[in-house]
Amino acid sequence: MAEQTTVRPTVRRSPLALAADRLADVAAATGGAVSIAEVPFLAQLNLRLDPKGPAADAAGKELGVALPTAAGVAARAGELTIAWLGPDEWLVIGPAGGEGDLEARLRSALGTGHPAVVDVSAQRTVLELSGPRVRDLLAFGCALDLHPRSFSEGACAQTRLAQAQVVLIARESGAFWVLVRSSFASYLADWLIDASVEFTGPQA
Amino acid sequence: MMLISCPWCGPREEAEFHYGGQAHVSYPEDPSALSDEEWARFLFYRDNPKGPFAERWNHSASCRRWFNVIRDTVTYEILAVYPVGTPKPVIA
Ligand SMILES: [Zn+2]
Repeated sequence: MAEQTTVRPTVRRSPLALAADRLADVAAATGGAVSIAEVPFLAQLNLRLDPKGPAADAAGKELGVALPTAAGVAARAGELTIAWLGPDEWLVIGPAGGEGDLEARLRSALGTGHPAVVDVSAQRTVLELSGPRVRDLLAFGCALDLHPRSFSEGACAQTRLAQAQVVLIARESGAFWVLVRSSFASYLADWLIDASVEFTGPQA
Repeated sequence: MMLISCPWCGPREEAEFHYGGQAHVSYPEDPSALSDEEWARFLFYRDNPKGPFAERWNHSASCRRWFNVIRDTVTYEILAVYPVGTPKPVIA
C-alpha cells in the first residue's frame, strides 16, 4: 500500500485517569479514614533468573539491594521496590518513565546466563491507599490476614482483591500499593470507592 | 472452601488455585511403541479413589507454581503437600 500512515502525537492516559476525581473524593467522604490515588505510569520490570546463580548477585548489585528470596517480601532500594513474585521471579518497580533505562541497566548487568528482563509497565497500574482504615477496607475483599503483625511494611503478596488479581505491597506509614491489571483497574477503583462508603457518616 | 498451603506462599483460599488432575502420570518413555489402547489409557484414564488421592495444583492467582497434594476425596482434608518431581509421601 502506498498510503501513508498518519502518526498522531502520543497522548498518554493512565488506566484510572477518568476515575481520578472520584478516587480523590474518598478522603473527604471518609473524613480521612481512607485516601486513594492512582500512581500512574510507574516503571515495572518482570525479572526471572536462577536465585542461586551469579545473575542474582549481579541483579542485587545493580539494583542496590539483594533480591528477596523469601516469599512475600518486597525489598526497597532508594526509589526502587523489588517485590517477590515467585521463587525465580520478581517485579522491579521504579519511578515513572524509568523503565527503558532500568531495563538496559539490568540487561547489561545480568550478562549472558538465562535471565529474563521484560518491561511490563503497561500491564498494571498502581493504586496507593493510605489512612487508618486501609486494612479494614482491603479486608472487605481480600482473604489474607492483613493485620500488621502478619502483613507489615515490606510485605507483598499476589492474591485476589474483590476477585481481581492484584499484587499487594505494604508501604511505610501504613500505606498500601495495590497493583492491578490495567483492564481491571476501573472495576477495582469502583469497588474500592463503593467499599469505602462503610467509613463515611458520623459513626466513622 | 478449602485452605490449600502453597509450598511457597503458605495457606491460601482454594479460589486462588487451579486443579491439575492426578499426579505422577508420567509421559510414556517411547510413545510410538504404544498401542492405541495404551495411548488412550495414558491420555484419558485416571484413578478415582474414595480416600487419599495424589493430585496436582497450580497457585494460579499468585506465584503460578505447580505442586502436588494428597487430598482425601471424601473429607477434602489435605494430608500432604510436596514438590513436583519428588516421590509420593506415604500416608499412614
Ligand atoms: Zn504460591
